[in-house]
Parts: sequence; C-alpha cells; structure tokens
Amino acid sequence: MQKGYTLFWLLPALIALVIYPIVTNNVMLRETVFLILLSITLSISLNIILGFTGYVSFGHIVYYGIGAYFAFYLMYAYKVSLIVSIVLGGLVSAAIAFVLGQAVLSLRGAIFAIATIGVNEAVKSLINNISILGGAMGLYFDFSIYDNYGGALKAIWLSYYLMGTLTILSVIAAYYIKKSKFGLGLFSIREDQDASAVLGIKTKLYKSLAYATSAFFPAIAGGIFAFKAGNIEPSGAFNLVKSIEMIVMVMLGGYGSVAGSALGALFYEKIKSILLVMPYVKDLHLAVSGLILLIIVQFAPSGIVGFLTKYFKNLRKVLE
Amino acid sequence: MLAYVNAVISGILIGLAYAIAALGLNLIWGVMKVINLSHGAFIAFGMFAAYMSVKLLGVSVYTSLIPIFVAGLIVGIVAFFVSLYRVLNAPELTTLLSTYSLSLILIGLGTFFFTTNPRAIDTHLGSITLGYSSISYSRIIVGLISLFLAGTLYLFLFKTSLGKAIRAVSQNPTAAKLYGINTTLVLSISFGIGVAFASVSGALIASLFPFTILSGGVYELKSFVICVLGGLGSPAGAILGGLILGLLENLLSLKMPVDYMPFIEFSILVIILLIKPNGILGRR
Repeated sequence: MQKGYTLFWLLPALIALVIYPIVTNNVMLRETVFLILLSITLSISLNIILGFTGYVSFGHIVYYGIGAYFAFYLMYAYKVSLIVSIVLGGLVSAAIAFVLGQAVLSLRGAIFAIATIGVNEAVKSLINNISILGGAMGLYFDFSIYDNYGGALKAIWLSYYLMGTLTILSVIAAYYIKKSKFGLGLFSIREDQDASAVLGIKTKLYKSLAYATSAFFPAIAGGIFAFKAGNIEPSGAFNLVKSIEMIVMVMLGGYGSVAGSALGALFYEKIKSILLVMPYVKDLHLAVSGLILLIIVQFAPSGIVGFLTKYFKNLRKVLE
Repeated sequence: MLAYVNAVISGILIGLAYAIAALGLNLIWGVMKVINLSHGAFIAFGMFAAYMSVKLLGVSVYTSLIPIFVAGLIVGIVAFFVSLYRVLNAPELTTLLSTYSLSLILIGLGTFFFTTNPRAIDTHLGSITLGYSSISYSRIIVGLISLFLAGTLYLFLFKTSLGKAIRAVSQNPTAAKLYGINTTLVLSISFGIGVAFASVSGALIASLFPFTILSGGVYELKSFVICVLGGLGSPAGAILGGLILGLLENLLSLKMPVDYMPFIEFSILVIILLIKPNGILGRR
C-alpha cells in the first residue's frame, strides 16, 4: 500500500470542524456544521461508486431515504434506541444495495443512471402509498421520544455528535478502500471493466460491494437526520434534487478523490449559503447554481483537486 | 364495459401525446447518445409558451404550436452549443450533468417569473358522444396532431437528405463525417428537433391537464419510461411505448388507486432495463 498524507490533514481539519461549535456552544453554527457534515458524508460515499468505480448513480439518495425510513420506523413504532436503529437502517440499506446491485450494475453508462433514477422514483411512490409509513404525509415523532435522550435539546446535540463521528468514519473508510487492493480493483473497473474481468478481478462482486458501501453511510446519515428533524416524508427523503447535489459536490471537488469530495461538499454548502442570502440572487438561486454547474462541467470537469494537482504536482499525495 | 372503451380511447389519444415527448428524447439519444435531462424543462417551456400565447395574444393553443415548434428548434440549437458542443465526447456523467444544469437554469428562471402556481388552459371545445362513451374534442385534436407530427418526423428522417444525414450520423458519426456530412450541424439540428418536439408535446399536454412549472419533470420521467419500453433510439418504439403507457395509465386507474401508477411505471422501467435493455422492439 502506497503511503499518502491526505488523512494527516483531512482528519484533524474535520475534527476541528466538528469540535468548534461544541467548544463555542454556538447553536447556529452547529446547525450549519451539521449540514456540512451531512453533505460531506453523502459526497464521500457517492464517490466510492461514482468516482472509484465509474458508475453514475443518479438516484443515490434512495439509500439515504431507505435508511432514514427504516431507522425512523424502528424508533417510532418499536421504540428501539437511536444507535441501534440507525445502524440497522444502514445495514438494511447496504443489503438492499448489494442485492439490487447484482442486477442494476450490469447496466452501464447512461442506462445505469436512468435505472437508478427509476429505482428512486419507484421506491418513493411505493412509500407514498404505504399507510403504516404515513403515506405522502409521512410520520411525526411524539416529542416524548426525546425524553429517553434527556430531552429534545440534548437529543439534538447527540445527533450532532453522531453525525460528526459518522463523517469521520466515512472519510477513513473511503480512504482505506481507495488505498486497498479492493480499491485498486474498483479503479481498474472504472478504467476498463472487461479488461479487469479478464485479469481476474471479480467485477460483479467488487461493484456490488462498492455499491453497498456507498449506500451504508448515507443510510445512517438519513437516520440521524430524520431523528433530529422529528419527522420524515417521501418527497424529502427521496428528493432527486438532493441526489444531484451529491453528484455536483463530487464533481466540484474532483472525481475519485477522497479529499476532493470533502472539499467539494464544503465549497458547495458555502456557495449555497452565500447564494441563499444574496438579494436578487436569492430568488434565482436555482438558475445561478445551474449556471455554476454548467461552468464547472464545461471548463473544469476534473474539479478543484484536478485543477490543483495539474499545476502543483507535489499536492498529489496530499489530495488523494 | 363502457368504462373500458372510454379508457382505451383516451389512453390511445394521451399515449400519442406522450409519444411525441418521448420521440424528442429518443431522437437525441439515438443521434448523440446523450440522455437529455433538460427534456422536462423544455416540456415546461412549451406548456408556458402555450399558456402565454393563449392569455396574452389570445390565439388558440393549436395555432401557437407552430411558433412554439420554431422557437423550440432555435432554443434547442442554441442550447446544444451552450451545453453539449464542448463535452460531446466526454463520459456520460458530463453530458448528464451539463444538460441537467441547463434544466436547473430554465426551471430556476421559470419559477422566478411564473412561480409554482398551477395553471390551466381552457379550450372550450366540449365533447363528442359516440354511443354511450364521450370523448372531449381537445383529446381527439391532440391525438391527431401527435399522429401528424410523428408522421412528419418519419418522412423527414427517411425522405429528406437532412433526415438521412441525421440517421447516418446516428449510425456512425466518423463514417458520416468522412462522407462529407457536417456532423456539428446535424447534431445541433437533431438536438433542436428533439427540443422542439418536447416543447410541442408540452403545449399539447397543457391543453388537456393543469400544470405548473415543475410538471415538466413528471413528463420527463414518463418519457424515460416510454423510451425504455420501446427501446432507446428507436422512433417506432417511442410511439409503441407511448401507446402502452397511455393505455396502462387509463386502464389500471379503473382497477386501482391512481397513486400506485408511478410505482408501476418505474418498476416497469427498471425491469425492462434489466431483462430487455433494448426495449420491446429492440434486437439484441
């Protein structure tokens, strides 16, 4: 395994980001950081299938939604504790991704992208019709559920800690996957799937495992988010726009790079928060973000990391 | 029994309108292997263009189709050079994102100007009674116009030299270029035609159902289902797929709640992709 230095700065930076609102006890800041951490987790996970393996999972948010619904329902109906529910949600979502992956991952390119959109929309409309899951209205927590965690205030802090932990774990996992032999297999699938199959890589297993891993972390994040919000509904949990935001973060940071996905998520949230408060731009933020995306895709398809490593070759080991 | 006859007739008529939307998507995929994610935005563009011409200019929806087609063609050609020209040979992620960004821009502007309030166009045409079943005239007109458009596209693709050039490029871009075909021109025109079909279908759908600026997305997803049903890149398949979807929607809604339709549609999409990725008509 080749040595790299990415984690040496990325982890301390992330930990500092997580701790800062805790130390200053700033609630506003905590909310902002929570969203940033959520975005980082999502983009880091998507990068495993999109950046490492080269599969454009356009409806990836479906796994976030499945995890969120599963965890929420366990807490809502069976009063299962938070940690157990979110972990179970993650495992169920990963299992679904693994099974589904056996089939969908045999599609390639744009057809795969369409199929994942189809999967997301199908699951969304199915849940819209299941009455025990609240249908289109969704489910709401009884506030007493937070009493087990020392009241709503403490529960929100708890979800923040969990999100921080999850983000750090997902970064470490993604980095070690990239550096492992498994990761090398994924990258070779990205470059040439048929050639890597000939060279003895179990492409189907590798792809499905990568898909399951990239479903696991978003599902847990979904569970935490639903717990914190106290409600869940299909149009929020399976929002295709969010799915595309994830892709934009990965693209903005740099396809295939762990540090890039984290930076991309950070920059994307930053840009979004700036756009949302600017006068005039506020009403047009959708159009403006479209314009930004168009410019990135047309002129800087390799993202921030691609741009930096092109001009500063020494940064390669630091920005993996 | 009567309900079934009604459902079949209106299913076929609506299916034809869906087919027109899908034809636009299909043509673009067939020629340049790009899934146009701004398709829904152009459908919405057609809807609002029709709405504005009825409200402001007072012309009928059907008259407005001609300027909408021309505008769609021009907008499409411009859109091609803005979003696709530079990235045509890039991996599919790039083209997906760049057409999606186009859709974000259009929908963003649309929401800014029109808000997301629902709107509707009233055609005041009444309905015809055949025996015991009644069908509104506006549906019949929409069906006929759709048939006419599909026929025209067929004649254009198979009988004119530009149409033949489009088919040549879709079969083999390099060889087409070697034979002296201006591929950039052909690609931009086919994108233009695809967008024009999307806009016209939007206008046709707007004359039947209420809509918002976000409705385009729904019909975009329907177009995906249709294209996949009939086979991506096959124009005849798009029409068949449109009819199947139209019939399915109208017949199944007699038997089960309408809310289940999207689930069935998308399950069909995924299953067809998995077992017959070239569509029902497709060869292996």
